[in-house]
Amino acid sequence: MLLRFNKTGLYISIIGILMFFLSMETVHAESGESENHQEQSKEKSVDAGNIILGHVQDFHEWHIATIGETHITIPLPIILYDKDQSKLIAFMSSKFHHGHESYKGFKLTDKSNIVPVKPGTMEVDNTRQKPIDFSITKTVAGIFITVILMLLVFMTVAKRYKQNPDRAPKGLQSLMEPLILFVQNDIGKNSIGEQKYERFMPFLFTMFFFIFFANLIGLIPFFPGGANITGNISVTLTLALFTFLVTNFSGNKYYWKHVFNTPGVPWWLKFPLPLMPIVELLGLITKPFVLMVRLFANILAGHIIILGFISLIFIFGVTNAIAGYGVSLFSVAFSVFINFLELLVAFIQAYVFTLLTALYLGDAVQESH
Amino acid sequence: MGLVTPGLGLIVWMTIAFLIVFFVLAKYAWKPIMRALKQREQSIDEALHEAEKAREEMKNLKAGNEELLKKAKEEREEILKEARKMSDKIVEEAKSNAEGEANRIMEEAKERIHYERMSAVTELKNEVANLSIEIAEKVLKQELSDTDKHQELIKEQLEKVRFN
Repeated sequence: MLLRFNKTGLYISIIGILMFFLSMETVHAESGESENHQEQSKEKSVDAGNIILGHVQDFHEWHIATIGETHITIPLPIILYDKDQSKLIAFMSSKFHHGHESYKGFKLTDKSNIVPVKPGTMEVDNTRQKPIDFSITKTVAGIFITVILMLLVFMTVAKRYKQNPDRAPKGLQSLMEPLILFVQNDIGKNSIGEQKYERFMPFLFTMFFFIFFANLIGLIPFFPGGANITGNISVTLTLALFTFLVTNFSGNKYYWKHVFNTPGVPWWLKFPLPLMPIVELLGLITKPFVLMVRLFANILAGHIIILGFISLIFIFGVTNAIAGYGVSLFSVAFSVFINFLELLVAFIQAYVFTLLTALYLGDAVQESH
Repeated sequence: MGLVTPGLGLIVWMTIAFLIVFFVLAKYAWKPIMRALKQREQSIDEALHEAEKAREEMKNLKAGNEELLKKAKEEREEILKEARKMSDKIVEEAKSNAEGEANRIMEEAKERIHYERMSAVTELKNEVANLSIEIAEKVLKQELSDTDKHQELIKEQLEKVRFN
């Protein structure tokens, strides 16, 4: 069963390798684009930092490729809440023309923020409040794709389980079963305990597979993948927030006693200055905070490294075409290596996040020590 | 949109998406899957248990068969032994019976022979005696005419008889 898993990984990486050539093109095209923006610069240069940030950041449109001067993008809906007028405004991001034009009194900045402008101009209107951005951005679209994929995969698998509960797993079911059993036994049962783990399994399953699927989708370099979902701090913040809420709402009296009146600690640490409770309360927040940062940083770093290697080709290519081709050999090799590593990381980070969540849950529901 | 500044819009969408996927999958996927896995585990466990039981039964059956076979063999042995003993006894008895009979017949025959002989002897003696008396009569009749001769003859005759 593990073999099949590896096979899938292999397919994904083969697709990944193929896509490097595509992404190379994209980066190249974008370097051309930045030239247009910076016409005052005398020499051709590649701004790797901006290119990489441009790829890992959230966007209001889904950029697929740029061929010559034409950008091939999928426009995404923009939904704004205008605080001044107290109303929702919705339109497609194509109305901004990649940030060249304003629409309905708003414009897109270089950093992909939406700001109000003075009517008829491109100047920022500082008298008006910034709108709250509820747009379906690239990351939100990526989340939706992940959700749809999860629903498709697990509904199919569940159907087979319902039809043949006593039969050996088959097809997609046998690909998912080791993972399901792994999450159930090694993460849930081991961390929470035999008696209470079942209550939390749906949450842990959703957590694990959401992170795992989002990580894998993030590794595919073209549409419908490529959105940096779990490398976005808002996403990991939400996931960590769920861990925080579920943990503390399922905490029993022993858990709260441990927080406010930690056993085995001298009394002067609790009274008159409640040092220990403060530390414990801080711990409740730092735990999910660390979860949030770990997942975000790991996935983001992976994306940045791969893009960095690809950018190297064009940095060298600008100075000398032959050097660019020479470096491409090493860059592609390293990118392939990092991509394999990222496949591993995709799994490990999903595992670590879920495992720690399960451990916190185990702490919260365990009976007295 | 900065790299490390969370956006409210994204958090809202993420929350909605996560909740949807959680509730839908919890109801239609995770719970049925867990139930099915448990059920399968149980059925496998049961099947293994049953196989174990069947094997145990088989073993018992085999042991019983062997026991039965052993018993039958022993019984056969015993029966054979008994039969041999019986036949020996019968032969022995027959032998002794026959011997006894033979002895008895022999004895009887001997007795009879003896008896016959005795009777014969007695008869002979009687015959001789009669004959002697007849002769004596005849002789006496003859000899009585001549006294001397009578006496001589009597002597002679008696002498003969005594020899017998």
